[in-house]
Amino acid sequence: MTTTIANLKVGERGVIEDLDFDNIPLILLEMGCLPGIEVELIQIAPLQDPLYIRVNDSHLAIRKETAKHITIKKF
Amino acid sequence: MGKNETIKVALVGNPNTGKTSLFNQLTGLNQKVGNYPGITVEKKTGISKLDKNTSATIVDLPGTYSINPNTLDENIVLRTLLDNNHVDYPDVIVVVADIENIKRNLLIFSQIKDLQIPTILAINMSDQLEKKGISIDIETLKKALKTEVILISARKNIGIDSLKKAILNCNFLNTKPLAVISDRIDADFFRKIKEKFPDQHLYQSWLNITQAENLNILKGDEKKAVQEFRKDGEKLKALQHKETILRYKQINDILKKSYKRDISKGTDLRSKLDKILTHKYYGYIIFGLILFVIFQSVFDLATVPMDFIDEAFAKLSNWTKGVMPGGKFTDLITEGVIPGIGGIVIFIPQIAILFLFVAILEETGYMSRVVFLMDKIMRKYGMSGKSVVPLISGTACAIPAIMAARNINGWKERLITILVTPFTTCSARLPVYAIIIALIIPQKRFLGIFSLQGLTLLTLYIIGFASALFSGYLLHKFLKVKSSSFFVIEMPNYKLPSLKNTFITVLEKTKEFVFGAGKIILAISIILWFLASNGPSDFKNAEEILKSESVNQNIDSDEYKQQLASYKLEHSYIGIMGKSIEPIIKPMGYDWKIGIALISSFAAREVFVGTLATIYSVGNNDENNTTIKQRMAAEINPETGGKQFNFPSGMSLLVFYAFAMQCMGTLAIVKRETNSWKWPLLQLFGMGILAYIAAFITYTFLS
Repeated sequence: MTTTIANLKVGERGVIEDLDFDNIPLILLEMGCLPGIEVELIQIAPLQDPLYIRVNDSHLAIRKETAKHITIKKF
Repeated sequence: MGKNETIKVALVGNPNTGKTSLFNQLTGLNQKVGNYPGITVEKKTGISKLDKNTSATIVDLPGTYSINPNTLDENIVLRTLLDNNHVDYPDVIVVVADIENIKRNLLIFSQIKDLQIPTILAINMSDQLEKKGISIDIETLKKALKTEVILISARKNIGIDSLKKAILNCNFLNTKPLAVISDRIDADFFRKIKEKFPDQHLYQSWLNITQAENLNILKGDEKKAVQEFRKDGEKLKALQHKETILRYKQINDILKKSYKRDISKGTDLRSKLDKILTHKYYGYIIFGLILFVIFQSVFDLATVPMDFIDEAFAKLSNWTKGVMPGGKFTDLITEGVIPGIGGIVIFIPQIAILFLFVAILEETGYMSRVVFLMDKIMRKYGMSGKSVVPLISGTACAIPAIMAARNINGWKERLITILVTPFTTCSARLPVYAIIIALIIPQKRFLGIFSLQGLTLLTLYIIGFASALFSGYLLHKFLKVKSSSFFVIEMPNYKLPSLKNTFITVLEKTKEFVFGAGKIILAISIILWFLASNGPSDFKNAEEILKSESVNQNIDSDEYKQQLASYKLEHSYIGIMGKSIEPIIKPMGYDWKIGIALISSFAAREVFVGTLATIYSVGNNDENNTTIKQRMAAEINPETGGKQFNFPSGMSLLVFYAFAMQCMGTLAIVKRETNSWKWPLLQLFGMGILAYIAAFITYTFLS
């Protein structure tokens, strides 16, 4: 099922299919957020934003507004 | 290597890799912190002995995930390594990686390697390989990365000697690039670049083109040529993305052959702690408790050493008065210099404790969880979760705090953070608060646990944070600034703070603060002493005037001496200045002596206490070792006949100091960071007017 990181529930995983490069800073790619990479949503902050994800062995926090530009294929 | 040679080494790496631990391990305390010329980015350099005849100058470059900078600090890395005329341009680069995040760490390694400077890869935290279920094939890695790879543990002092040996032999390292930057990205485009800049290696040209706005080192024809390639911004961006994807492809291929990890091991602690520390209730409760402990310790733990310092300087001043011959010079030392230095030394305990806590929170990895917890809340106030770090650091000193705001990526969020940070209770306010609280709040305990004085201090901290948030909200609503922001932070692993690193950080920050702010305080102390012990004709003729007024008095009596001293002070230059502003400050409950202290506080708040010390020691011939606090408590308001520092005027002073922008150092930093006088002036007048009104209301309401 294709969705975005913003729609994942805690503990769910998927593989990144595409990133909307216009709305994604280069640094996110440089930290390992790339097509073909597995991503897991570890936790959602108490006020529903930001999101705490594991991607490419990195643990990152990103905002929902960024997460919705990362398309994934859910496991 | 020949005799007495020095090798220039640059340390590069991601944040949280233990790069600074390695720097501390290599240099010990043989390091210094300075600034890069023209900018206020901290520059850490140190000397390391490699063998009998060779030493290394080591620069600890700011931590970064990529050579493409997102912040001013990260820009230093690019500028140092891309300009071979730069003073710190290294003979060899040590890229520090850690075993767990090696994939991401290798991205910056692969970029650095392409610069064709000798590069060593140091893989840190190797003592935890087994625990984390990781195995690395170093020989394969060396071959694939075309350079020396060394396993180290900076904390446990493992592999440091091998690293030193590798640095010594850096001339024999292979400087071939990993060859990602090539026709594989865009054959046509990169061929044109090569044709245009035949003397440079390709990656250098590529960075010159993509990072032109961050470099500004190019001139003339070269600049023109670079601009030509920058015409199609969208295309450059797409190529950068492709470059990153290709780099990771290569890294993955290399690691497939040399790195294995059993992920079932060693991730337990992180997830367990995260569940509690970022929990929707416990997370905030724990954060609140931590803040409470910090502020309670700052006030309680610091009292003993502070009282000791206060007494010691009073004694020193008296002792000096006794052993030195009388005269102007002795007066300068005992009434100007010694109380001035005392006024600086006295708040070292509080600053050190605050820095200690901030350093521990950062070192353990907890600070990132706070950022995560607070981001959504802070956004309502126009800031980012990252603004929490400046706001907490602001409780030590606004100057480094405002500099720490550089990590915030959006300009508007960063600007608002810079503007509101001075509201947080910095340690320069602490001596003012401490002495006034000690004077007007009884030393009792509430419910037997919380000291009333501590609770008052906590309230002042809360007022500071609340006004920072509230003004952030207003600025967010009314400030029209165009900016795009993004938010990406790493959530590092939890770890125990290293004693050595924490100690060095606390020592450095305290030193920096004392010598930075100390110079201003000492200079002002001396100027104040001069202004207080000189004056126009009334001052010079004080004795004759007093004699003619009171004919019957015995001129040897103590009463007469007191009268003379206070008459002199009133008619000194500073007395005149204080008196001239008295009508303005009277509604807040202050007299001209406090007026003098207010005037000098505009250079730096902490001067308040020192100034009062100077004012009250001039004209105090008491042979007892009276401390500043005792002198202030004894001060009488001539109009009311009551104590000058009573509850209403004391509270009014607390409120005034909570709001007013009284720090030249901060104003100068804000000017530099925002590149405009508009913002520091907004702070000066906005906060000043707020302080005046609030203090006026407080005084009127309480008296």
